[in-house]
Amino acid sequence: MIARAVRLLSLPLGAILLALVVGAIVMIASSPLVTGHFDVTLPLTTYWALIEGSLLSFNAIVDTIVNAAPLILVGLAVGLGFKAGLFNIGGQGQFLVGAVAAAGTGAALAGSPTAIAVPVALLAGMVAGALYGFIPGFLKAYTGAHEVVTTIMLNYVAIQIVSFLITGPLRAPGASFARSDDVGNAALPAVLNAGSGHPGHIGIFVPFLVVPLIWWLLFKTTAGFELRTVGANPDAALYAGMRPRRVIVLALTFGGMLAGLAGSIEILGVTGYMPAAYSTNIGFDAITVALLGRAHPVGILLGGLLLGAMRAGAGLMQIQAGIPVQMIDLLQGVILFFLAADVIVRRVFRVKAADVGVDELQTVTSSYAGKAPAG
Amino acid sequence: MDVLFTIPVIGILLQLIVFLVDVVTRNGSIILALATPLALGAMCGVMNERSGVVNIGIEGMMLASAFAGWFAASLVGQAMPADPSPIFGATPAIMIGVLVAIATGVAASAVHAWLSISVKADQIISGTIINIVAFGVTGYLNLLLSQHSPPTGGKFVPFTPPAFLTDIPVVGWVFQMFLAQGPITMSVIVIVVVLQVLLLRSRWGLRTRAVGEHPKAAETVGIDVIRLRYRNVILGGVFAGLGGAWFTLDFGNSFQAGMTNGRGFIALAALIFGRWHPVGAFVAALLFASAESLGRAIRTTPPTGDLGAILGGIPEHVFAALPYLLTIVVLAGVVGRSVPPAAVGRPYEREATT
Repeated sequence: MIARAVRLLSLPLGAILLALVVGAIVMIASSPLVTGHFDVTLPLTTYWALIEGSLLSFNAIVDTIVNAAPLILVGLAVGLGFKAGLFNIGGQGQFLVGAVAAAGTGAALAGSPTAIAVPVALLAGMVAGALYGFIPGFLKAYTGAHEVVTTIMLNYVAIQIVSFLITGPLRAPGASFARSDDVGNAALPAVLNAGSGHPGHIGIFVPFLVVPLIWWLLFKTTAGFELRTVGANPDAALYAGMRPRRVIVLALTFGGMLAGLAGSIEILGVTGYMPAAYSTNIGFDAITVALLGRAHPVGILLGGLLLGAMRAGAGLMQIQAGIPVQMIDLLQGVILFFLAADVIVRRVFRVKAADVGVDELQTVTSSYAGKAPAG
Repeated sequence: MDVLFTIPVIGILLQLIVFLVDVVTRNGSIILALATPLALGAMCGVMNERSGVVNIGIEGMMLASAFAGWFAASLVGQAMPADPSPIFGATPAIMIGVLVAIATGVAASAVHAWLSISVKADQIISGTIINIVAFGVTGYLNLLLSQHSPPTGGKFVPFTPPAFLTDIPVVGWVFQMFLAQGPITMSVIVIVVVLQVLLLRSRWGLRTRAVGEHPKAAETVGIDVIRLRYRNVILGGVFAGLGGAWFTLDFGNSFQAGMTNGRGFIALAALIFGRWHPVGAFVAALLFASAESLGRAIRTTPPTGDLGAILGGIPEHVFAALPYLLTIVVLAGVVGRSVPPAAVGRPYEREATT
């Protein structure tokens, strides 16, 4: 059991460690721009601030989980796709349409009782996200249009949809900039009062419910078995009487629903309204999360918490060490690099990592040029 | 003529055509300029995908090149100030900036090649890595540098075509469009045509297409699949680098975080819309850039009458979303299927030689 855990974790941990080393080198090299002279201790100050800002107080921990919640949900959406042999880059678009649907519904129900407003607004976000995930799923299953390209394109379409809705029909009258009205009673109640930073709204518990649910769905139900079989070998799945097309549509629709839920939680729990220029990189962040977690729900939970912690600590890092928050993007990209180039990690740490999880990706791009799947 | 415009439906269509022609002829220069990074990005895509390697990292490659080129030009400009030469206002700073941008595109492509071809990592993930790292590194360094506000290294000056050409009735705007440009934009047409001819008519092109469609067969007739893929992916970086240089050394002279703003992905869309052909991709890039100009023209100089009422009723967002929607449509095969090279995305496994 322990030996297995070590084998599973050695590759992601090795990648994280190497990324921290690369980050440190970049910081030392750029330290003259930060402090005016070469400073070899700068990485220590930076990493300590990251830890302090994400772990070392109640507020910090709440902030970490608030940041992690959407990452985990969209990470699950991406991971679910991986399991089905699909590469969903559309997390960003699905998140955005979910967010704008929740913002619009929430604003319309701002005066209704919370017990009605919150569920309806969340539902609106989930439905919008699901519909937005259905589009690439349907196109992939019935026309063969590759989901990587269609989801990327739909991300940019989503940005325009949000901008159109918020500058047009949903625009709050009298606001100084283009934004939707406050969600009022549709706001997720704050349950962990952290004082500063993000309030610990009730939505941060959602991922902890969804993760076991997805785990159960994937590994304990027929639908999950079907999904994993289609991901591993669509031809065999078809031969065994499964319907790959249906699985593809369902996997992307369900993933879209999770991403839409993440967007709704972010609007109803954190911002309380939606600005027209809402910018997010959640789609790509979620890919890192899903790969860190090797597409396994529990792994995605851990990966999401790690990235959430980095985002939460970034503010303090910028204040205490003078390191711009973009360092987090850099670290994240480098983690991903070492995950992909696992040969380096294996050589440096002499690990024989278990070849599970990421291998499922072998089937992903091989279908880039594919025709519509049969069945 | 005016009488024709009053006929229902046909009249509106005629007005539309007149308006479109007017927009394109008046904005030819800016359309070609805006199409430049799209076309160059797409040429990078052609080099990759025609030899069987998916590249969604064009965005990151261009962003990194834009930053590196601008920063190099700034440094050289401070070290050795020089008067702009009469040819495109070039200075040593700008020229070195362009070279550094190209080198950056090549370096990023080399990483992509190594991950995709040798490590056999998922090629989509490899592209994603390049996008994320480029966004992070350039954002990080740009913020640190902005506290010291480095001076700009300058930019190319567009050529001014002689008036006797641009004043020619009917076709004068074509000269304006293709000649009133900086050197990077001007070079695009040459690059596109040369690449098209090479890809479809040369030995290298035949080999590249063979490797992209059926690498095993290519290897059987003695083509080194791995080597050709490496060479093509890395050479593709030259175009991404040049596309990046366009942002900070040709069109503008400064760098802003995330300034490529999705144009690398529109380049990908142009590549697909143009069916993986250089000329096709270039036409798609022009089309997408025209859609952008059209959306703008409708708001700044709206047409009068019924047409104005109809066009004014279409939100600008529709025009902005058009490239992406069109790409989905052609990929889904609704009108004229766009089919990628057969082996694209698959790492090549050489058979064991025993």
